[in-house]
Amino acid sequence: MSTAPNGLNTNDIDLSIDLGGIKSPNPFWLASAPPTNMGSMVQRAFDAGWGGAVWKTLGSPIINVSSRLSSIDYGTRRMLGLNNIELITDRPLEVNFKEIYETKKKYPKNAVIVSLMVENKRDIWHEIVKRTNDTGADGIELNFGCPHGMSERGMGAATGQVPEYCQMITEWVKEVASMPVLVKLTPNVTDINQPARAAKRAGADGLSLINTINSLMGVNLDTWAPTPTVNGRSSHGGYCGPAVKPIALHMLSSLARDSQVGLPISGIGGIETWRDAVEFLLLGATGLQVCTAVMHYGYRIIEDLVAGLSNYLREKNLTSVKQLVGRAVPKVDDWGNLDLRYDVKARVDHDKCIGCNLCHIACEDGAHQAITLDGPMVKLSNGTTRPGPNVIDKECVGCNLCSLVCPVQGCITMTRIDKATEELSWNERAKRGSDEEPRPGAIYERHH
Amino acid sequence: MSLTTVPAPRAPFQEIAPPLSADQAAAEAARCLFCYDAPCIAACPTEIDIPRFIQRIATGDTVGAATTILSANILGGSCARVCPVEVLCEGSCVEKTLTKRPVTIGKLQRFATDYVLARNIDVLHAGAATGKSVGIIGAGPAGLGAAAELRKSGHAVTVYDERKWGGGLNTYAMAEYKQTAALALAEVEQVARLGAEFKQGVRVGRDVTLDDLLAKHALLFIGVGLGATSKLGVPGDAQARDALDWIEELKVAPEKVARLDGKRAVIVGGGNTAIDAVTQARRLGADATLVYRRGEAQMSAYRYEIDLARSMGCTLLFERAPVRVEAGALIVKGPLGEEKLAADLVIAAIGQQKRVEFLRGLPGVQVDEKGRLVVDAQTHRTHNPRLFAGGDCVNGGKEAVNAVAHGKKAARAMHAQLSADGVHSKNAQESK
Repeated sequence: MSTAPNGLNTNDIDLSIDLGGIKSPNPFWLASAPPTNMGSMVQRAFDAGWGGAVWKTLGSPIINVSSRLSSIDYGTRRMLGLNNIELITDRPLEVNFKEIYETKKKYPKNAVIVSLMVENKRDIWHEIVKRTNDTGADGIELNFGCPHGMSERGMGAATGQVPEYCQMITEWVKEVASMPVLVKLTPNVTDINQPARAAKRAGADGLSLINTINSLMGVNLDTWAPTPTVNGRSSHGGYCGPAVKPIALHMLSSLARDSQVGLPISGIGGIETWRDAVEFLLLGATGLQVCTAVMHYGYRIIEDLVAGLSNYLREKNLTSVKQLVGRAVPKVDDWGNLDLRYDVKARVDHDKCIGCNLCHIACEDGAHQAITLDGPMVKLSNGTTRPGPNVIDKECVGCNLCSLVCPVQGCITMTRIDKATEELSWNERAKRGSDEEPRPGAIYERHH
Repeated sequence: MSLTTVPAPRAPFQEIAPPLSADQAAAEAARCLFCYDAPCIAACPTEIDIPRFIQRIATGDTVGAATTILSANILGGSCARVCPVEVLCEGSCVEKTLTKRPVTIGKLQRFATDYVLARNIDVLHAGAATGKSVGIIGAGPAGLGAAAELRKSGHAVTVYDERKWGGGLNTYAMAEYKQTAALALAEVEQVARLGAEFKQGVRVGRDVTLDDLLAKHALLFIGVGLGATSKLGVPGDAQARDALDWIEELKVAPEKVARLDGKRAVIVGGGNTAIDAVTQARRLGADATLVYRRGEAQMSAYRYEIDLARSMGCTLLFERAPVRVEAGALIVKGPLGEEKLAADLVIAAIGQQKRVEFLRGLPGVQVDEKGRLVVDAQTHRTHNPRLFAGGDCVNGGKEAVNAVAHGKKAARAMHAQLSADGVHSKNAQESK
């Protein structure tokens, strides 16, 4: 029962999900990471409104290094991307299991998922899964994704990168697990569908992706040591945060389109706002996991995620978050099926133009020399005017670059100009053995 | 005259605009859109590549930023402080259109130039010696702009200046709270390190003749600026102080300046110097009033300067012309007839006189009806092909940045002339 900040009553919006048998009051879970390191943290997160939490990965105790995180900034915005060389939990197993039990008991409606990663031996996996069964948690997530440290010991991404291992271990877990099992995939593979299909064959109840991406974050220009620096040296780490979202969305949609996968997916990778969440849902995620945004701003962002998603659903006349899941998947297609007759051109609103000329220089040096500076007069802030951008339609290929660099909302729009009555894709053209020019003049006139 | 309720600032010479911190500079630099053919560049008389220097600040290349600035404007440090950025670069910033908040270009320029000036990092270098020599009369912004540009091209430069210190009005006349004399002198020093020779305390016509200079140098640049402030031209005007003299006193020996608490200062004039004087008097504790013979709309001072004076509690009176100066009062005539304005200090700031006599004495040049030296707009060459000129003596009195731009333009034309013409060599007498 809540009222969104804008006053909209969101009582009749259903945000609850069921992901492979794991029920959660909303689709937002904390990903397995520092924010889910222990009971007190997870409980504070649930108090703040998080629907679920995937506990920081359990396994044989490890030792972490000091200095573990590094980030890239853009302008004055910090942590566009984050990387870490931290390993799984460094707390005793018994303590974690006890806190998982207590947390679930105290928060029966929230989803508690236990992330696991142990040595790839059947009896060792059986033992830790059995102990997990006793916690009363809602699900298990197999960490086949961690790309650093653990992978060197044959675990994490080393498992996720070999579909046969993926399948074998998932089968071992399923032999004893009393709760749904999610397999968390590594993006550090050439074809994400292979390990996903392996998990499906093994009987997994769902998938989580993406785990972090192999990365080397940067080098200190004074010490020449890579970051994060551990006594003068570093190691490759796992990359996450807003910058990885497009990679995650691609892999998510690839699985969502694969009929041989057919599993519910917990989407992960750069989710920071409700807008990101909607995109993941539309591309096939049933639920969502968040980490970097919480590491940056704290658990409190859940209020904005829930409010934003609820308000969006209301605006779209939808009542349940489930109605969004996968709605954009049919619109993801192979390039060969795209319509070659579709033709857009840049259109500049000279009343909105501020005269930065970025569209001109971007098109001139980075695209197709289709924007000259002899268009209608543009008013500058000092009251003078000068000629503004002028789009030469015969040179404009409709690439979007100008509209991407334009800093003014709604100033450059890409407008459809073709009058085609039916589509013609590359595949269709090849099938017909046609040499038809789909947009007459659009290609062959450009040879100067 | 009403007593103001705005308290006088405690420190009379404290800088009006503090420098940006590194965090502020990074945040401001990040706001620059890096326009192509940016309107701010077009608005700068010296055409500093502003987006480029801001990008360099954003990437942490502060020395590179200063190089971009100083290679276009050798006085980039002082212009960062005294330029009317509201009507120049910042006034045309696209962010002003987009967000009503232009990028603080002036402060970023100060951030970069302060960095190299404070560390004595020389970012400009003299060109290979050409064996040609140019004499410059006047070490103000125009002369310095010409000197730096000529040294970059490798020409020998000697600057003749009648004052004790170089820098001209930049050293002696900018209200100290806007720009210190020390900064102006550091900029002169910068030009000296480029290899320009400065002969201070030398007046042409008294200590050296123009013929001497024409004999010694292939070309001359005239950057003599303007003369003394005009007298009020009313009875008793000898009792009024010259605004520039008064500001100079404060700058040259601020420790000797007596505060004006409880005193009444009346400044006559409507330009930026009048504003400098009235605000500086207020900063010294005076009950400060500006009197102008016409309306506010006719003031030549910039709008933000007028606003500054008001915000500091200065009183502005319009449509009142001075009638006479008496002991302890200025009598003015306005719409209500004669009024007596109590005044312990009367300051005249009604503009500087032209150096007509000196200019008319230059051989082969033309001086217009307003007393300005006539030059070609592109080359800044006078009607005498060996004399170039720029700054206030050419435009009648504008900003330092305009003077630097004149000097730079003239220097480029002189370089072209010297490069093309072997006749005007070091010993110019041969060409006579």
